[in-house]
Amino acid sequence: MPEIPVIRNIMSINDALAAAVRRQLDAAGVLALNIMASPGAGKTSVIMRTVETLKSEMTIAALDGDIATVDVEKIARTGIRVALINTGGNCHLDANMMTSALSSLDLTGVDLLLVENVGNLICPAAFELGTHYNVVIASVPEGDDKPYKYPAMYRGADVLLLNKIDMLPYQEFDLAYFRHGVEVLNPGLAFLPLSARTGEGFDAWLDWVRAAVARQRASIAPSGKPGVSQA
Amino acid sequence: MHELGITQNLLNLAVQYAEPAGARRITALHLVIGELSSVVDDSVRFYWEFLSQGTIAQGAALHFERIPATFECRDCGAVFPRNANFMCPACRSDRVQVKQGEEFYLKSIEVEE
Repeated sequence: MPEIPVIRNIMSINDALAAAVRRQLDAAGVLALNIMASPGAGKTSVIMRTVETLKSEMTIAALDGDIATVDVEKIARTGIRVALINTGGNCHLDANMMTSALSSLDLTGVDLLLVENVGNLICPAAFELGTHYNVVIASVPEGDDKPYKYPAMYRGADVLLLNKIDMLPYQEFDLAYFRHGVEVLNPGLAFLPLSARTGEGFDAWLDWVRAAVARQRASIAPSGKPGVSQA
Repeated sequence: MHELGITQNLLNLAVQYAEPAGARRITALHLVIGELSSVVDDSVRFYWEFLSQGTIAQGAALHFERIPATFECRDCGAVFPRNANFMCPACRSDRVQVKQGEEFYLKSIEVEE
């Protein structure tokens, strides 16, 4: 019985779709962030505060992966363009869902696209979306052992937010233990402790976003692609 | 249940390689899966049963080669299995890194021509 060698990443089909999504975003001059966290870590709160603060300096749009419209309606109240990716109960977004969602969202003039993934610390890490950066949000009430339990999520992160630091005085959360786990899995990972409720630490995150958007503009601008204003 | 999406990717990939080779049927798949990949064998098998129906891979056997997660100490060089606190059991150093366990690929398929 003939054996055919393959040796291809099992997710290579998803990854090919993700690469096409990335090309579409780049052509439109959009920087896209894939925001992942467990339910209740504060994905929507972080998005809301980010949008409220940055919408006067850049054009922002959002995609929300969910089975209900609760979060999408909240985000829509900020006045930005937003579309729901109804996952139909699926526990993660994938590149195929991104492809169809982008066709329902006008990207003209958009600088920043925030993609809210489904609340889950396992599945989303396995599926590339075509976004430029993976943002993982942990939160103080979840406990300090999450990196040890869900290594794949932390391995794949490009920036890590620790939300709800205003609750540190009320929780047993060993910051050094948490950081050690993160550092082993992802050496040098950008780590930003903040509170989306009080705003503490939020400026560092906003600066990170501004810098990422500026890099995207700079990488696209010289070729004169459409959708990017030449400053 | 991300195994549903993963299994669909797996099926597409196997067919992509079998068809140009002129295969009539795919009889087996050999997978290499690291412990850090968070994939449950039984769940992949479950989805495989119905996703492969009506395809040239229907009824193909799935063989899993599991790679355990190991860490390596950057101070003393010890290689050790994943533990609860990611510390080197030999020298107690916290300067450790992931050595293996993220493998996640289809190694080969067996076909009938």
